[in-house]
Amino acid sequence: MTRHDDILAAIGNTPLVGLPSMSPKAGVRLWAKLEGNNPTGSTKDRIALAMVEAAEAAGALTPQKTILEPTSGNTGISLAMVARRKGYHLTVVLPDNASQERLGLLRLFGAEIVFSDGDKGTNGSIEVARALAEDPAYYMPFQYGNPANPKAHEEGTGREIVADLPEVTHFVAGMGTGGTLTGAGRALHAHDPSVRVVAAEPELGDLVYGLRSLDEGFIPPIFDPSEVNRKFLVRSDDALRATRELTSKEGIFAGISSGAVIHVAQRIAAEVEEGDVVCLLADGGWKYLSTEAWAEDLATAEKQVSESLWW
Amino acid sequence: MSVQVKLPTILRKHAGGEPKVSAEGSTLRDVLDDLETRYPGITKNVRSDDGGLHRFINVYLNDEDVRYLGSLETEVGEGDTVSILPAVAGG
Repeated sequence: MTRHDDILAAIGNTPLVGLPSMSPKAGVRLWAKLEGNNPTGSTKDRIALAMVEAAEAAGALTPQKTILEPTSGNTGISLAMVARRKGYHLTVVLPDNASQERLGLLRLFGAEIVFSDGDKGTNGSIEVARALAEDPAYYMPFQYGNPANPKAHEEGTGREIVADLPEVTHFVAGMGTGGTLTGAGRALHAHDPSVRVVAAEPELGDLVYGLRSLDEGFIPPIFDPSEVNRKFLVRSDDALRATRELTSKEGIFAGISSGAVIHVAQRIAAEVEEGDVVCLLADGGWKYLSTEAWAEDLATAEKQVSESLWW
Repeated sequence: MSVQVKLPTILRKHAGGEPKVSAEGSTLRDVLDDLETRYPGITKNVRSDDGGLHRFINVYLNDEDVRYLGSLETEVGEGDTVSILPAVAGG
């Protein structure tokens, strides 16, 4: 069914496409779940809709309230689209080093933007949003602690993969809020406990990690580490190389975190003889064009990417 | 075994500002013990009071998170790299 009553009904049911040129050996097939095909171009449309509708159902979000959310960008853009459709105001707290495309999209969807210190990354946005949320005029979905986030990935992302590829052996996704890994992990493990759920985490530049004390680290409350079987750190240059390969070898224009996921999938694929490895490509490449991630000079691109927020 | 340990910015002050230092050991636990001997105080916020890894710290052996290997008992090899990083969120 490709006809929908409105844009919100077009969220999810994203294509799963083979990556024949990037699969390293005959017995191992790589597959890409194209989350960039969601209405605003990222997987976050799923959780934005799920969190808003859960809050409406619980009576926590009423028409007088303004939605408030800390985000590195994608969740904010998705919430802005959902808020427009449903008639809510939205305020997002965003690190001040987010890409120009993210700012532009948030503004065109009518979101108010509050900037947090870019050196503190998303952790800094969370601090600022928590302080603002004390005002009862706001409703904060808080993607890092909202069970509707992993639930959207369990009932959507994960079950879609099971339906499209019952023989799935591995699932690789980025570690942002942990919602995708936790939720899709639940659906995949319920289908077949032997499925390996693998996390890809970015190695950020020193500037992004900043000088914060180790006690200020943040583990999203919704992340269930028992759904994850392995976790890998991916350097910016490896993520960038794989992002570019997706375009040059497979004709897929994806964001930089997708490259990190592909890098980990290729590493896993090299360890096994047989398997079907699903790679979650969280967004398209559009929002990164201004970051020089596709600059001709790879060194310039690497430096730019390692010092900006692409997660 | 001699390994390289990559330090987060916040811990470099214990090691004269160096971003990467050498340490010896056959398990991650040994490596952290050796690091503490060489640079007193450096692992205070890496290990928790119960002797495990601090929950806001991620430690990687080469590129893999040690929590999904053997945690502090993870065996290290000659020339491996241990990276200590603060946990950060995305989204």
